[in-house]
This record gives sequence, structure tokens and C-alpha cells, in this order.
Amino acid sequence: MTDAEKTYIKRNTVNEQTIYDALTSTKRTYEQKVLDLAHCAENQLNVIPLDERTIYYFSTGAINDLFEGHAPYRPRYVMVDFERFMKQGSKFLRINPPKTFDEAIFALMSLYHHIPSITNFPVYLGNLDYLLDPFIGELSDEEVKTKTRLFLNFLDRTIDDSFCHANIGPKETRMGRLLLETEAELDNVVPNLTIKYNSQETSDEFMKLAIMTSLKCSNPALCNDDVNKDYYEGGYGVSSCYNILPIRGGAYTLTRVTLTRLADETSDVESFINDVLPECLSCVAKYENERIKFFVEKSGFLESSFLVKEGLIDKDRFVPMFGVTGLAECVNSLLKDKGLQYGRDSEADDLGNRIMDKIQEVVSSFHAEYTPLTNYHFMLHAQVGLDSDKGITSGVRIPVGDEPESFADHLRHSARYHKYFPAGVGDIFPIASNVTQNPDALLDVAKGAFSAGVHYMSFYSADTDLVRITGYLVKRSEMAKYFEGQAVVQQTTALGAENYKTNKLQNRKVRME
Amino acid sequence: MSFAPINKIIDFSTVDGPGCRTSIFVQACNIHCLYCHNPETQKLCFNCGKCVDFCPAGALSFGEGHKVVWDEEKCERCDTCINVCPSKASPKVKALSAEEVMGRIEKNLPFVRGITVSGGECSLYPDFLEELFMLAKKQGLTTLLDSNGMVDFESLSDLMNVVDGVMLDIKSWDSDVYQRLTGFDNVIVKKNLSYLSRIDKIEELRIVYVPGYVDAERCLEGIKETIGEKVESTRLKLITFRHNGVRSPLSNHPSPSPEEMSALKDYALKLDFKNIVIR
Repeated sequence: MTDAEKTYIKRNTVNEQTIYDALTSTKRTYEQKVLDLAHCAENQLNVIPLDERTIYYFSTGAINDLFEGHAPYRPRYVMVDFERFMKQGSKFLRINPPKTFDEAIFALMSLYHHIPSITNFPVYLGNLDYLLDPFIGELSDEEVKTKTRLFLNFLDRTIDDSFCHANIGPKETRMGRLLLETEAELDNVVPNLTIKYNSQETSDEFMKLAIMTSLKCSNPALCNDDVNKDYYEGGYGVSSCYNILPIRGGAYTLTRVTLTRLADETSDVESFINDVLPECLSCVAKYENERIKFFVEKSGFLESSFLVKEGLIDKDRFVPMFGVTGLAECVNSLLKDKGLQYGRDSEADDLGNRIMDKIQEVVSSFHAEYTPLTNYHFMLHAQVGLDSDKGITSGVRIPVGDEPESFADHLRHSARYHKYFPAGVGDIFPIASNVTQNPDALLDVAKGAFSAGVHYMSFYSADTDLVRITGYLVKRSEMAKYFEGQAVVQQTTALGAENYKTNKLQNRKVRME
Repeated sequence: MSFAPINKIIDFSTVDGPGCRTSIFVQACNIHCLYCHNPETQKLCFNCGKCVDFCPAGALSFGEGHKVVWDEEKCERCDTCINVCPSKASPKVKALSAEEVMGRIEKNLPFVRGITVSGGECSLYPDFLEELFMLAKKQGLTTLLDSNGMVDFESLSDLMNVVDGVMLDIKSWDSDVYQRLTGFDNVIVKKNLSYLSRIDKIEELRIVYVPGYVDAERCLEGIKETIGEKVESTRLKLITFRHNGVRSPLSNHPSPSPEEMSALKDYALKLDFKNIVIR
């Protein structure tokens, strides 16, 4: 074992000092500490077998399991079938099927509390407009908005993590409109919202309201329903940082290959594509399969969870996400002798496609354990990043500062790489604030982008307090507090603040100026 | 093949008509408004070369036939050339054919719904516009002109067949006021207002409001007298004068207050305008 590998193992071993530091931290809230201590406990176990090559790639940073913990005892992302829950209630929670708007909100709030995930908070809250619309009945708009405001504020103040997502659309409903109007007033970071846009079903007016809302409070993001709706039989939802996952299931696990680091292995393009890449990908697949096996066979989750017993999730609807990140730096590193740049030079972008084609081919040849829904295949996902990522650009995005002059070129570039990722991919664009005077303009761009093949995108106004980091939102004002050393309620403020600084996100190219 | 001197192309514009549009700014204007905020678009360069001496980036030089040549790569966009120009022109203008401009526009598909030609004054180049708009129509794009209306549109019927609408800048009503503001008479503007209303090709009417210089209320009345009940469906943009970029006796003139703009809007409402935007 090399020194780097030994260091890696040592760093990941929990000792008394790690626990003491977690317990006595002044930068963490009580709840965050409890979570940290739970991680310490989990990480003392050594139940996932690792072979030498996998350890090696972990030590170089080419493989990263995103702090999922050493012993998976819950799925990474849970996508509860809320529609079913609203019809049947829950015996376990002693909740009857709701009949009124208040009962519906109460039922959802109660259930959210019991949905596990990697963040310990629910990452998916359902298609809130469709779930609540049947209960509006005779209520006036103002009554619905007052109740919705309380509901949304409850979520924001109790779900201490921005990796939490609710969906809207694709069809326009009264609840959908009122939800967007309420959201626009609040400036909350939780939940994130995504509107599913379908070219046949979503009205321009509804979409414009969504766009105006996103320029106000950086939510909702826009999902291309036309291309995403057919990946899983039985419906999908958008959760956390742009994960497209099956409803009534979710994701077992997500480990990523960090191409930026993998490219350090060789400067030769052919050897990278034909030797290094397939070996590392097979390590990721093996590692994920070991995690899935422990979760399904040993963790006891599927046997004990009332969500399974009551049919709100189904063990046959979970999939493993296969993360890919840092394509930009990988390409730039392999072509550094030629000085070519991903996002700017066609030869660099062609190499990007060659690498992604190879990843798609190799990953689709692997068998994924316990994954009947996708015929035992892993699902590729463009992973958006970690606070610790230095010089690693999210997924297949273009690095900040290297964006092409033309917005059209940028969008076409996104479309060129989005097609590889059924389990989610997305781009983020700061938009000049004067676009609020002409939301049709942004609607044109969004429709154009979707017809060109963009799968998912989000906008925020260049001068808003709410800024998108990699997918989640953070307030600039909260980041300032964090940098002053104060404790902040959202776990993701800390992650976002570091990422914002490290990756110079304030320099993202503002579009439509 | 027709050419026009092109000052600038904005690929994704949000302020030149409905939706997202590519805006093309031609060089040279047939009037000289006191409040023009890009006066460097008014004249064509006559190659005096003053800017060549002053360019700090060395991006300007004399080329063939003693013509000023602009090196786009070297240019640092400091605008020194524009500031030293004795003639309200710019050396950063390129004569482009309709096909060349269309080539640039096509790169913005499918993200834009149309194109708008502005200026300078677009109607100085009717052949170019006609060719460009015919090409744009083939791509399903809508075509708008942003014009001061000083060229008689009725005499350009081939062009008008491929124009979807005109954003017409009325400026003022009384001919003396117009004369003081622009140096010219506005008989043709009024004729165009009437003609464009008749053929339903007014996309928007504009008035830049400078209290003391612009007879804005009279202007609204004049429009009402000319187009009658169509004021109800016609979009009216009341633009707040701002001195940025202005090089004239108005360069330090204050902007009208929000209250003044809103009072003007109220007057327009009284005259039955319904679709009014203040900018």
C-alpha cells in the first residue's frame, strides 16, 4: 500500500479526537452535531469490502462517495409516492386520508418528518401543486396563500438543508399558480422548486409566472419534461441537486468518478480512454454494488420501514446513480499541450463527447444489483460537486470564466452533453435583472434550449440575495455570517459559502445583459 | 446583394420588442436628436484618422485607400475613438451584407423569436432591410423596425410587405418643437403614423419625455387625433429621459421624476391608451 493510500485510510478512520471535535464545535447547531456524531458512529464500521485499486482511486480523489458513510442503512434519496399517501393515509402514523386543505398540509408535514435520506431530511416533497389542488375547494386565493405561506415557512425553518426539492407542473393548476405567487414573496432557500415543462401541456402564461418567480427568488428551476418523462416506467420526480429519479423508489447510492483527478493518471488520450477510464469505472460499479448489497441484505431498512410496508416506496424502484464530474478539466488536461479549452474549442468538445460516449458504453455494460426497474443498469448522473472541490467543475459544465461569449453557444454546448444523463444534469445561468420587464424573452430562451436538447436549467437574477451554488440555494447574507464564524441554521450555507469562494461563482457570466 | 454599415449586433436582446430578439444597429441617422444617447451612431466615418492617433490599444490603423481599419481582436472597447471623433461617427462599423447579418442571426436560433433593426436610422437602408427580412421570414422569425419615421414608408411597399411592425418614435408633435429637438420637420413622421396605423403595423409608439423640451401631452393628443380608437390597442412606451451618453446642451439636464412620468401616463389613460409602459 502506498503512503497516499495509507493516509487516505487513516483520514477516514474515526478516532476519539474526531468525535470530540464534532461534539465541541462552535460552528454547528445542536441538530447538526447530532448528525455529525451519527456519521462518526456509522464510520467506525467496516462493512463494505474495498479492493486495492478502489482504495487507490479513492486516495487520488478519482472516486468519491460524497460522504455517504461507511455502512448504508438508508437509501441515499427517497422518492415517496405522495399521491398514494394522500389517498390512503398511513396506518403507522395514524393519519387518515385528508379531506380538507388543512388536513392535507398536516398529513404531508407529518410524513416528511419520517422520510430518511443521506441528509437525514426529505430530499423530495412531491408534486405539491397536484397534491394540494384537489383540496382547495371553496377557499379564496388569499386563504390558500396564507396557509401555503405557513406551510412553506415551516419547511424552510425545519428542514435544515437545501438539498430538498418540491415539484410543480407540467399542467397549470390554481394551486400551482398560488404556490408560485407565495414562493415569490418569501425568499426561502427550502424547498427548492422545479417546474416540469412539457411543450404540449404547459401553458406559456404558467411558464412565464414560473420564470418571473425564478428571477425574484431563484426558484423554480426548469425541467424538460418531454425528454425526462420516459426514463422510468411509472413516473419520475426531481429531487435534491437535479436528480431525476423514479417515484415510489429513489436512489440507493451515488458514487462519482471525478474525471479531473482521473486525468492525472496519464497525459495520453488513448490510454486514458481505453485503459484508465474503464478500470476506474469498474471500481465505482463494484463499490456501488457492495453498498447496495449491504443496504438490501443487511441494513434492515426494507424490513422495518413503514414506507415499504404501506407501499409508499417499493424496493424494486430504487436505482444506483453513477456520478460523473469534472469533464471540463479532464479534457483541458488531456489537451494541455495543444492549449485547447472545453467549451471554447471544437476539438476539445469533441474529446468531451468521446469520453462521455466511452463512459456510457462501459457503464451500460455493468450489472447493477437489485435494480429491476432499469433492467439492472446504473443510471448516469452529472454530479454537481462538493464544497471541498477545488478546480473541479460540476458535471459536464463549462468552468466559470471560460464560458463562451454567446449564450446560444453555451446552451448548445449544454444540450450536447445533457443527453448522457438520465438520472439528472443541469446548468445554472445568472440573468440580467432587467429581463423582469420582458419575461417572454426568457421564455423564448427556455423553450429554445429545451427544443435544442437541454434537459434541465435554472436561472437566478444577477443581483438577488439568493444565489445558486451547484444546484442548491444559499443566501449571500447568510454566507457573510458564516464567514464571520457565526452558526447558521442551514447546513448547506457552510457548503455553499466554501464553494462560492473556491470556485469564484460570483464571476459566472451574466446572460441577456 | 445589399450592404449596410453595422454598428452593433446584440444577439439576445430583451428590450427591442416582444420576446427574445436579435437586434441589429445600423450606422448613420437622418436627424440629430438633442437627447440621443448614442450620438456616435449618427454619422458615417470620413476617415480623418483622429481616432487612429488616440487609440491606446493600437487597434486602429489606415488601410487601403487611406481608410480607417478596426482590428476587433486588439480592441479593448475603451471607446476613446468615439470620444475623440469630431464627427459623431465610429470607426468600429462594418459594412455587412444581408446574408452576412443573417449568418450571425442564425447562430441564435432557436432561442430568439425575431429580429429588430434599429440604429442610427434603419430606414436609410431599405434594400438591405428587404433582403434581410426576406431571409429572416424563411426562418420563421418576426421582423421589426425601430424607426424615427423620417422616411416615407408608403413609398417602400416591397419592404413593408416583409415588415411585421414598426416601433415608431414620435418624439414630439408641434413642428417647431420637433425642429428644435432634431433639426428637422416632422411632416413625414405624422404621415407614417397614419399610414402604419392604416395597415396595422404599429408595434409600439414611443415618446422620450424631457420636461421643457418635449410637448408630450400634445403629442399624445396628436396621436389620438391621427389613429383614433386604435390608441386602445396600441402599445405606448413613455421613456424617461436620462443624460447618459448624451452630448448636447441636454448632457446635464435632469431626468423627469417618477411622479412626472406617472402624471404623463395618467394623461394617456384619459385619452384611452390602455397598453402603456414607462421605462
